[in-house]
Amino acid sequence: MTFAEIQAQANLEWEALNNGGRPQITVGTATCGRSAGAMAVVKAFEEELQAKGIDAALVEVGCIGPCYAEPLVNIKKPGWATVSYRNVTAEMAREIVAAFLLGDDPLAKYALGVFGEGEIAGIPNILSTPAFKPQERRVFRNCGTIDPTNINHYIANDGYIGLNKALGMRQEEVVDVMKRSGLRGRGGGGFPAGRKWEAGLKAKGTQKYVVCNADEGDPGAFMDRAVIEGDPHSVLEGMIIAGYTIGADTGYIYVRAEYPLAIRRLERAIQQAHEFGFLGQNILGTNFSFEIRIFPGAGAFVCGESTALTLSIEGKRGMPRVAPRPRTTEVGLYDKPTLLNNVKTFSSAPMIITRGAEWFASVGTEKSTGTAIFALTGKVQNCGLIEVPMGITLRDIIYDIGGGIADGGQFKAVQTGGPSGGCLPESLLDTPIDYDSLDAAGSIMGSGGMVVMDEKTCMVDVARYFLDFTEIESCGQCVPCRLGTKQLLDILKDICSGRGKPEDMDLLYELSHSVHGGSVCGLGQTAANPVLTTLRYFRDEYEAHINDRCCPAKVCKSLISYVIDKEKCVGCTLCAKSCPVQAISGEKKKIHSIDQALCVQCGVCLEKCPKKFSAIACVSPKVKQEES
Amino acid sequence: MKKVTLTIDGLQLRADEGSTVLQAALANGLYIPNLCNHPDLVPAGLCRVCVVKVDDWKISISCKLPVKEGMVISTEDPEVQRIRKSTVELLVANHPMTCLTCSRDANCELQRVASYVGITQESLKRYRRSVRQLPIDSSNPFFDIDHSKCVLCGICVRTCDELQNINAIDYVRRGVHTTVGTLGNKPITQSCCESCGECVARCPVAALAPKESPISMREVKSVCTYCGVGCGILLGVRGEKVVGVRGDRDNPVNRGSLCVKGRYGFKFINHPDRLTTPLVRKDGVLVPASWDEALERVAANFSEHKGEQFAALASARITNEDNYLIQKFTRAVMQTNNIDHCARL
Amino acid sequence: MTNSIAEIGEAATILAVGTNTTQAHPVLALQVKKAARNGARLIVANPKKIDLCRHATLHLQHRPGTDVPLLMGMARVIVDEGLADMAFIQARCEDYEAFVASLADFSPERVAAITGVPAEQIVAAARMYAGYGPASILYCMGITQHSHGTDNVWAVSNLALLTGNLGKFASGVNPLRGQNNVQGSCDMGGLPNVYPGYQQVNDPKVREKFESAWGLSLSPDPGLTLGEVFDRMYDGTIKSLYLVGENPVLTEANANHAIAALKNLDFLVVQDIFLTETALLADVVLPAATFAEKDGTFTNTERRVQRVRQAIAPRGEAKPDWQIVAELAGKMGAKGFDFSGPEEIMVEIASLTPSYGGISYPRLEGAGLQWPCPDKDHPGTPTLHVERFGTASGKAKMIPLAFRDADELPDGEYPLVLTTDRSLFHYHSGSMTRRVAGLEQLNSEELLKINPRDAKALGLADKEMVQVTSRRGTMTVRTSLSQVCPPGLVSMTFHFAESPTNVLTNPARDPVAKIPETKVCAVRVDKIAQP
Repeated sequence: MTFAEIQAQANLEWEALNNGGRPQITVGTATCGRSAGAMAVVKAFEEELQAKGIDAALVEVGCIGPCYAEPLVNIKKPGWATVSYRNVTAEMAREIVAAFLLGDDPLAKYALGVFGEGEIAGIPNILSTPAFKPQERRVFRNCGTIDPTNINHYIANDGYIGLNKALGMRQEEVVDVMKRSGLRGRGGGGFPAGRKWEAGLKAKGTQKYVVCNADEGDPGAFMDRAVIEGDPHSVLEGMIIAGYTIGADTGYIYVRAEYPLAIRRLERAIQQAHEFGFLGQNILGTNFSFEIRIFPGAGAFVCGESTALTLSIEGKRGMPRVAPRPRTTEVGLYDKPTLLNNVKTFSSAPMIITRGAEWFASVGTEKSTGTAIFALTGKVQNCGLIEVPMGITLRDIIYDIGGGIADGGQFKAVQTGGPSGGCLPESLLDTPIDYDSLDAAGSIMGSGGMVVMDEKTCMVDVARYFLDFTEIESCGQCVPCRLGTKQLLDILKDICSGRGKPEDMDLLYELSHSVHGGSVCGLGQTAANPVLTTLRYFRDEYEAHINDRCCPAKVCKSLISYVIDKEKCVGCTLCAKSCPVQAISGEKKKIHSIDQALCVQCGVCLEKCPKKFSAIACVSPKVKQEES
Repeated sequence: MKKVTLTIDGLQLRADEGSTVLQAALANGLYIPNLCNHPDLVPAGLCRVCVVKVDDWKISISCKLPVKEGMVISTEDPEVQRIRKSTVELLVANHPMTCLTCSRDANCELQRVASYVGITQESLKRYRRSVRQLPIDSSNPFFDIDHSKCVLCGICVRTCDELQNINAIDYVRRGVHTTVGTLGNKPITQSCCESCGECVARCPVAALAPKESPISMREVKSVCTYCGVGCGILLGVRGEKVVGVRGDRDNPVNRGSLCVKGRYGFKFINHPDRLTTPLVRKDGVLVPASWDEALERVAANFSEHKGEQFAALASARITNEDNYLIQKFTRAVMQTNNIDHCARL
Repeated sequence: MTNSIAEIGEAATILAVGTNTTQAHPVLALQVKKAARNGARLIVANPKKIDLCRHATLHLQHRPGTDVPLLMGMARVIVDEGLADMAFIQARCEDYEAFVASLADFSPERVAAITGVPAEQIVAAARMYAGYGPASILYCMGITQHSHGTDNVWAVSNLALLTGNLGKFASGVNPLRGQNNVQGSCDMGGLPNVYPGYQQVNDPKVREKFESAWGLSLSPDPGLTLGEVFDRMYDGTIKSLYLVGENPVLTEANANHAIAALKNLDFLVVQDIFLTETALLADVVLPAATFAEKDGTFTNTERRVQRVRQAIAPRGEAKPDWQIVAELAGKMGAKGFDFSGPEEIMVEIASLTPSYGGISYPRLEGAGLQWPCPDKDHPGTPTLHVERFGTASGKAKMIPLAFRDADELPDGEYPLVLTTDRSLFHYHSGSMTRRVAGLEQLNSEELLKINPRDAKALGLADKEMVQVTSRRGTMTVRTSLSQVCPPGLVSMTFHFAESPTNVLTNPARDPVAKIPETKVCAVRVDKIAQP
């Protein structure tokens, strides 16, 4: 079949599904949906449709982003706007079938919003809500709307047009388009993708490789998983275009073994791409041949570092290669020229080729074009994956898309870029999101983690938390990272437990700079960022911990005490009954007291004390025994 | 070989093109502190102690930095000093302070580096000390592996890989828990280790240390007595005993390398089983005798069996001069060519 | 060795045949592994899957005793495919036509049938060896210790000549000598047919030279070789033996015969550093000094003469061997033995041995000298045969060869082939290494390596004590189930007096070199009946 014939066939199928007169139910069954119970919802719909004899299409799709709303179900009923339902359960599924598919009640109380043509009274249009309005779905273009296991869905949505077009271009022309697009590596480093592709093309050697980094080791980051699970062909297509461009015949996708569904989706997609002639020998009738292999990684954070990753594929211990060294584009996998990009970078390539460099660069900033994807978490109302144009401010993301701080709290800091990123304070909320601005502020774009913290977060504890991660995940080969992160962590632990010394802040600063300047790889060089930025923006909290033995956020257990206000306590005994270590004594209707020697600062008493009394308080610094 | 000119701390040096800044410095008698560098091995760049400033803007490790014409290197730039000092302080803060009882005392690369960068009690006191508590692997009869002293320079791993191609050891675990270990982290004797001791000879600290390592009072250059390769050795002597063997790096045959027998198989020399006196069979029993008595008995007997009744078997184990005299004795004194030796075994 | 050890690391192709290099010559093996690591093609030809195979491009696992057909098969492919170095052959070789004629019998298919090596591997090995030079051949006892060992060596030499791999850097025919000074003891005329420097005893001119130097007349008749000496001891012709630094009770093939021969002597003098199993049979035992207790020289496998220096005084009353011999000669009234020390002996050696003519102690101070070193200004010879071969014509002979199987083949009664090798941790009869506690800990007993399939068929478990019997003797040993040996082949070292392997081995000798066939004999392995 020619590509045009393939397209025609795919369009036919897609049309039939969307405009065939049948209702269409889509359920987000990516890993995030599944963990929220999506499979039970699918099953409920299946059973209910059968039981009620309803002829409707039930399609499993990927994730469209709003984790807070999972499981997410869209229902497209002929004549109606598409309704998106949030937090659907099996119970609700049956209810929706009965009310909306059999009847005409869209059950507004369950709806997140509508999209597409038409309006439904009482349900807002999703795209006009503050949570969605600033978003620009490009990498996520198909996620949550197509069946990722059906290649025709992808083809019908402009899939493989980029490949077909690229195969008709000279390799230099593809490089040129990529360069003009301004796309920068989405793995976090931000190296211009076009220049990397150009280096791959120019590298000498008959054997070259393309490698897709889908290791995604940052805690809290799962956008690569979402792309692979929701739109695997976009990644394959990008890799095939890259392979054609640099003259490689083999591509590897290094995907962590903890992503079994992503691996299954990739396996299926690779098989389909073979069947359709997008992979294998003489792709689309050209002389170009390309294979893609999946390499499941064992989950070491450091294997997300490109040179460690290639060694890992070779079956060696994943440790970053030491600079000065040749670039991976010259000496990479099996010491051959290798083009290594992130999932999102590859996924971006097809649309750049299809729609042109100018279209891609039409959003974003001058030096950071296109969109950025973040995993927005922490103390915001709306957690989830978001895709926004580069240049949007942190404030817009947190307050509009994120819906502001959860539980009416106060914003304190936002941490971007995963464990190696930095914590930025309120004063920097108007920083635009792009590689260079975040770098200047002391943080990084990184893999796109974004953790929002409120006033109940202790910034020393946050630094300790991230160092705990980097210390464990250090590969161990170079001294500054291996022992530096350990020393930083030991000092932070001491500070958090009231053993901080006045000179510790200088030592933290000094060591952080040495770890930055001395470490072998990017992971080591950025490992101290959480310490440096918290020292820079939240120095008062360190001083309070060290000088006053006080944790202002009342998080560090060694520095807090729970005390009973003698004025307020009525002797209800609720606190005493719930204390797990019997630290609270007092008879009924008599004032209770907490034995500080026994108290383990679990805070249960505070929770149990009825609001109307509010007799228990958490204080820092710690009180002495007699004061309570 | 083409030479390039570079400047290190204001000093102009000529260096071979393709060499590294550290090699150029060391070759010109300039010390740049380093721990994981070894002249026999590919530079690894792991200890980060050899950092320098390049052309007044960039920090780089010197062991992997190729020399370039006109390059200007500073080894005492404040940033270099700071990074280097922190790095060494970190190592020392995690190292046991048992120097006086350590076999590498006064011959320890960590000590050398620490004293060069100027580690003080005051600066160290700021650090949280922690010394790794792992059992010493003493399974090998010739050397111990003490992880608490290991600085993870990787010289042992690279020696076993690059030079020996045995790969008995590699890194195991990660982060601060990284150690050098065997497949499955089993005792070294349960690995494919051949006990050549090449790693032990190169360990810059005492993480790999010979079980017995008396310091020799003198060393005597000689040749190994085992196989026909003829490795150059230095016999360490103390009193009347051979107490150690080192590979002779100047010898063109082995360039310092030795095998397990060559390095550790010397104890037969001072073994109590050694024959120390002639023995003569009397009444069916071998009993000690004087040289005169023994040689007279031999002479008397040999005198009666000259020619075809006599044969001598010389030895592939003794010197050329010994063999020459035996064949001369056989041919000239015993009047026969019945001389052979175990060349065929 | 025709070439030097350091050159091995620079070879483009290495053919290691009949050498378990990493075990027997560990430091030389570093050069082989270095070459392989740097991309050289390493062909290992060995009946066993030895450690070196880990680094090999190709392992030719031929049946023991079939080296001639294997190597001739490679030669046949080289000739057939036009890969021979005809310019070299024309300029420097003789008898090429006769040699080529003898290749008729060695088609890859026939060779495959004899050796068990697939024909395509033989072809691949031939192309590799001939196609990527310089190519170095390393061989050891796996080539020589056969009843047709000389043929094996000729086959090796043919292959090198055929491809012009002689007289060039990093090429050559390189026998790896087993003992520290086996090269030197041969050089020094510790052989029945030659004086020092391989000067024939039956050459009148040579004899006259030695007679005039030593001031007496010498026997013109070549003497007996080691094995023949034992035979003459056994039949009573030889009555008196002066045995220096050897332990034939453990090392001689068919050891029971050797022991009987020693016991049949009128008078046995053993000169050694320990009271060995052989010394126990002696009438007089003379205590010798070790290498650490005397000065002298050793000559290594690459012909490098190096200084051995005294580090400590001899133990007790022990004396250096040269001194004992000199004193004995003195007691017998001989002249010409009153040397002040080894240095003076070397002066006499140099004066009578052309290849050592330029060797003197002062010149050996540095890295030693590789013979031939004919005069005091000669720098030594790292590579032999650069311009001419040491024959009358200066040309090398190519030798037509025919296949002869091993002397003793397995049969119904003795169904397995036994081959012998060495342990990394021990040396020869173990008189030295077994007295080093650490080495003894690392390897404390003999192990019979046997393929798990054979073991299963015999109902044997790993580490089970078994009895091994040949036509000549029987011994007990523990098994070690191992894929190193293919089915049908078992292997042992001979370092352990408790399991004296050489009671089993076959003394059948090569007709020229008189070397016994310790690499192939037929044995039976039996379970030891439970009491």
